[in-house]
Amino acid sequence: MTTLPLTEFEVVYHRPDTLATITTHYCPGCTHGLIHRLIAEVIDELELRERTICVAPVGCAVFAYNYFNVDGCEAPHGRAPAMATGMKRCQPDKIVFTYQGDGDLAAIGTNEIIHAAGRGENLTVIFVNNATYGMTGGQMAPTTLVGQVTPSSPTGRDAHMVGLPMHVSEMISTLSGASYVVRRSVHNVANINKTKAAIKTAFRVQMEGLGLSMVEILSSCPTNWHMAPPDALQWIEDAMMPVFPLGDYKVTDAVMPLTKRR
Amino acid sequence: MTKDLWKGNEAMAEAAIRAGVEAYFGYPITPQTELLEYMARELPKYPGRVFLQAESELAAVNMVYGAACSGVRSMSSSSSPGISLMSEGLSYIAGTEVPAVLVDVMRGGPGLGNIQPSQSDYFQMTKSLGHGDYHALVLAPATVQEAVDMTYESFALAEKYRTVVVILADGAIGQMMEPVELPPWRQPLTEAERPDWALRGANGRPNRVLTSLNLTAEGLEESNLRLQARLAEIQQHEVRWEEEMTDDADLVLVAFGTMGRICKSVLRTARRNGLKVGLLRPITLWPFPSERLHELAGQVQRLLVVEMNAGQMLLDVQAAAAGRAPVHFYGRMGGMVPLPDEVEEQIELLMREGTTRPYAAQSSANGKLPSLPTRVSHPVEGSRHDNITTY
Repeated sequence: MTTLPLTEFEVVYHRPDTLATITTHYCPGCTHGLIHRLIAEVIDELELRERTICVAPVGCAVFAYNYFNVDGCEAPHGRAPAMATGMKRCQPDKIVFTYQGDGDLAAIGTNEIIHAAGRGENLTVIFVNNATYGMTGGQMAPTTLVGQVTPSSPTGRDAHMVGLPMHVSEMISTLSGASYVVRRSVHNVANINKTKAAIKTAFRVQMEGLGLSMVEILSSCPTNWHMAPPDALQWIEDAMMPVFPLGDYKVTDAVMPLTKRR
Repeated sequence: MTKDLWKGNEAMAEAAIRAGVEAYFGYPITPQTELLEYMARELPKYPGRVFLQAESELAAVNMVYGAACSGVRSMSSSSSPGISLMSEGLSYIAGTEVPAVLVDVMRGGPGLGNIQPSQSDYFQMTKSLGHGDYHALVLAPATVQEAVDMTYESFALAEKYRTVVVILADGAIGQMMEPVELPPWRQPLTEAERPDWALRGANGRPNRVLTSLNLTAEGLEESNLRLQARLAEIQQHEVRWEEEMTDDADLVLVAFGTMGRICKSVLRTARRNGLKVGLLRPITLWPFPSERLHELAGQVQRLLVVEMNAGQMLLDVQAAAAGRAPVHFYGRMGGMVPLPDEVEEQIELLMREGTTRPYAAQSSANGKLPSLPTRVSHPVEGSRHDNITTY
């Protein structure tokens, strides 16, 4: 019997230290888990794990604090930026990030995110936009597309009744305290890599104390969209991206050099 | 120690700073605003301490929540409508079992009400400060000195029991100036003194989680039981009240805060007039001095509850008296503060006729409730009793 000479193998993949060894509660095909992994990789690579605090939202990511090996807490619905403000102001040497969905950040929590950005809080915001309220069963969110059928817009979102989808990154980018605001997607490998690079920049912005950094990520919800996971990824590209164009909405001069770093 | 003249709101702020408060988050609202302004002016003078004006009371309480989860001595202050907004966050703070201090300088309600002193948040503070099974420890000062001492002590209480401690003042306490002896300086916590649950980064230890969420019924019941055990401990150790001349009293006044103080004047006049009147002033509104009131109800002829509201603490007094003595009530609302002679009249009525006369009935010739106003009118100048004509 021969044994394999282990020394000949190169480690090309390992679980990030920051990612907890626990099964998540996310539905099959949901991209929350993937986004968690990207965040965990970035925290590892920047060696921030021991001084990072995660503020989880209310919504599908309510248990986010269980999935990262960092200190974590759970904010009331929409209030993560306020709670994170309290933490960061009292512990400026720590890295504080919020992880929020579109119901949490773009509906009930608009006031908190706008004023955190307005004050230029040194926080990193991961904003997961899947055009729906995932946890409560796929109701209409401010980001739901026109015509999108949901349990609370059963005949499709009617723009005359409830207006057009809200463009949060565009809105936040107008505030002087926000220094890095970009929209990315995780529907294919190329975009996953770009998303990771953006998350890394966003954490670097906080490390440099340059103000609020936010990465909006278009994410899939196969369960509530009633689609197979590959179809859901395709729907991000076909339906969501025309309404929510990917791009850099705000990159201040001070932040620009950080975007070039790997 | 010398005494200095301090305005209530500013004195409470200074007491908090001396108690080592490290973070204050608030939002302007009358009649509390001087507390926020004092913090804005003074707190940044101390290295490492944080003042931030929030965009709303909602944000302010959640900033406190974040600071509290960091193991930092933190507080906010507001007045009635602002407290309503804070209820959500206060429930989370209680559910997460982290300490926080809140000053409520009550004003008249409901709704926007007015900015006059009132006690109409008694229910809110003692019974319904947010959703779920919990109570805040509620302290009710009757003087600026007491407000200072309570604010100073509240941090130790909040930290000991890992809960919300409320200083329930009113517009009178917040706005008036009185001679005050300030407490000695306490230093903020050092890094080594931070509590062992605080979120400070998982450096050389396993990561920590602070949450009020527990999806299993068994798990959430367990955390509720833990919370209730702590509340029971508070009930056992922290009930406070002040008593005056109850030994031989036929009638005992029960009043808290500003009204308790006014009733002290009533007491002195009544005694001078040969009436055997005593006073019990609850200092903690939760936990409530029910046991002592129960005892007293067994030895006096009547209890008279006087409040600047429609009769809120009244229910707690009735429950405590449990039928052992009749419990009467006199109150004014909308920011009206009963004068001593007004309460004295009620005592005389009680002694003579065995009943009080509610203010609403006094104000209308046929004893019916006054009709709704057809237009908003400003209070009539002169005697406050003239106000009855402005309905």
